[in-house]
Amino acid sequence: MALVGAIGWATLALSRGEEVSAAWMLAAALGSYAIAYRFYSRFIANRVLKADKNRATPAERLDNGVDFHPTDRRVLFGHHFAAIAGAGPLVGPVLAAQMGYLPGTIWLVVGVIFAGAVQDMVTLFFSTRRNGRSLGQMARDEIGPVGGIAALVAVFIIMIILLAVLALVIVNALAHSPWGVFSIGMTIPIALFMGVYLRILRPGRVSEVSVIGVALLLLAIVAGGWVAESSWADFFTLEPGTLVIWMVVYGFLASVLPVWLLLAPRDYLSTFMKVGTIALLAVGVVVALPTLKMPSVTDFATNGQGPVFAGSMFPFVFITIACGALSGFHSLVSSGTTPKMVQKETQIRMIGYGAMLTESFVAIMAMITACIIDPGLYFAINAPVGVIGDSVQSASQAVAGFGFTITPDALAQAAKDVEEASLLSRTGGAPTFALGMSEIFSAVIGGTAMKAFWYHFAIMFEALFILTTVDAGTRVGRFMLQDMLGNAYKPFREVSWKPGVWFASAVVVGGWGYFLWVGVHDPLGGINQLFPLFGIANQLLAAVALAVCTVLLVKSGRLKWAWVTAVPLAWDVAVTLTASWQKIFSDDVKVGFFAQRDKYQAGIDAGEVLAPAKSMDDMRTVVTNSTVDGVLSALFALLIIVVLVDAGRVCYKAIRDPESVKLHEAPYVESRLVAPASLFATKEEKAELRAAGVGPEGGIRKEPVETGSRT
Amino acid sequence: MTVADVRRVAGRIRWYVRELTGESTYDRYVAHARAHDPEARVMTRRAFERSRTDAREADPREGFRCC
Repeated sequence: MALVGAIGWATLALSRGEEVSAAWMLAAALGSYAIAYRFYSRFIANRVLKADKNRATPAERLDNGVDFHPTDRRVLFGHHFAAIAGAGPLVGPVLAAQMGYLPGTIWLVVGVIFAGAVQDMVTLFFSTRRNGRSLGQMARDEIGPVGGIAALVAVFIIMIILLAVLALVIVNALAHSPWGVFSIGMTIPIALFMGVYLRILRPGRVSEVSVIGVALLLLAIVAGGWVAESSWADFFTLEPGTLVIWMVVYGFLASVLPVWLLLAPRDYLSTFMKVGTIALLAVGVVVALPTLKMPSVTDFATNGQGPVFAGSMFPFVFITIACGALSGFHSLVSSGTTPKMVQKETQIRMIGYGAMLTESFVAIMAMITACIIDPGLYFAINAPVGVIGDSVQSASQAVAGFGFTITPDALAQAAKDVEEASLLSRTGGAPTFALGMSEIFSAVIGGTAMKAFWYHFAIMFEALFILTTVDAGTRVGRFMLQDMLGNAYKPFREVSWKPGVWFASAVVVGGWGYFLWVGVHDPLGGINQLFPLFGIANQLLAAVALAVCTVLLVKSGRLKWAWVTAVPLAWDVAVTLTASWQKIFSDDVKVGFFAQRDKYQAGIDAGEVLAPAKSMDDMRTVVTNSTVDGVLSALFALLIIVVLVDAGRVCYKAIRDPESVKLHEAPYVESRLVAPASLFATKEEKAELRAAGVGPEGGIRKEPVETGSRT
Repeated sequence: MTVADVRRVAGRIRWYVRELTGESTYDRYVAHARAHDPEARVMTRRAFERSRTDAREADPREGFRCC
């Protein structure tokens, strides 16, 4: 394994000026994951956390058969993976590919091993020890009210930005695409039908309704192709601005409709599609083994003038690739649902660390899909319209300016192959990913003729779970807002008080809707401006989670091992604060929000219109957006500093006076449950299961009859 | 591979899918209730599935998915 990994890395690193097979990237990543899982995660489980197989987990102690119940490790791995993996790991790597495949790949692999998977695993462990307390609650309990409130506010604002950026990805992919709009639109009636089926016709028959749903979905994709060629095409050809309005209306309605009608069935559908497509993609990459056409490192890594996002490799690669390497959002899943279902503390390694390694692998595949398409085409798709213009000729010229070549004809042909009017400036990552995926799939099944189908299949698959996230995220945001407003006016906390629900939903939808609107109309390019903010926000949340983990390691007498989370925390803080600093103070108008603002304000004062703005209105839009984005960057940096200072204070106190430490751990109860720790049971574990008289999924030890008094 | 092997593998797959989709939650709930009191009154499947989705209404953080 080590050898395979080493050869993979060597080939990736040493190849100069020639195309490398994606197989090497897979070998490097998988080899590294295997070593990390075998050694580092075991070290964390046994030496640092001291996971105890004799200690009962909350699932065993509080088993109520519904939310607390010991769940088979392989099932829980599936649940946990489906909950952490979404559109994020597919988008970030695609954008980061502008710096070449190497920087992003190294960060994905090194980041997940030493930061991302560690964060997920340690958070899961500590939350399990606290009966599944959420990250926010742990911050409040273990750090204090100030850090706790800062963490809560951070989560809320991050949620708004996250939803706006994800929605923007979808809008960019669906604009002027009747095929896409029709297919995605059809998911709503399909989901409604599934909801009624599950509620009224055959309650709880999830697999059968999911199979029906997926079949209908595939039909909707095929039908999209017919619609695009029919006289209805005009009706489904929408401007980005119109799509924003639809998204906002959808977001509001979806979040106030009952869960069973739209959210729950959509969730089943998107999970089904997600797991299926990712498995299919893995098989496709292995079978097709495409070559990487993107250089290993491009000039944009050093000069910071990249059209996809501005700024140099440090810190912006590490900001752009969040999910897949280190994602703060996972700490919300790792503290909440999963810890209430873990059978054994020893399984946390496989579930927390293992699932995150799998997500990183998904991100590696996204990186591959972005790097196998022609670099010229990649930049034409991902550069904002203000940079490359709106014709294939101007785009071809602009791409030549970046140092790559693609003819106008090739650009037109690429769009024609997937039956889109144009692929220029389809920023946000989804179309690039879809194009790469269609290339891989069509190489395996169907050839060029199937390209358009696979492209729209990929768009649909991303759009489906982004819309699910928009719905679920709006609900979570509303819930948090209602909770906060409840402090001022009690009825807000009542989920059945409709005016409160409507008001809070409208505020949340209005929040992300504002950024979405701005993102679509920003002359500088929405993804370009907003994605760094999203990345900073996500990494900020990771900093909160890692800070909570570090405090807990110190407080629980594991000071010697605190570096396990403190080192990734230090790195994450360095990245986040450097990025924030540059976003706030940089003189480079492409990077610094306030420098941008000053430049365009000066333009307005002098009565000049500066490109890429086309009118005075555009100029004012830039000024407003830059100001809002700059203020948000400053707010994020401030929040992170508050949490860190508070965490530092608690650590200092715990080291100075270990007697004063108060941990909020649930007391030790001896476990009566037997279950293997890893995917495959070892010989000893099998013997133990047999002796306990339980099946391979584990269970409560059967007591001999004469000592059965304990039950 | 014998027929018995195929049946065993198919059975494991069916078990895994039912666990993953939550279809087996109702059976588990009934088993749980019966384990404590064989005479316990249990909800019908319809009522149980309703109460489960409605609980998500009350606290949407349960089952939240990530970006």
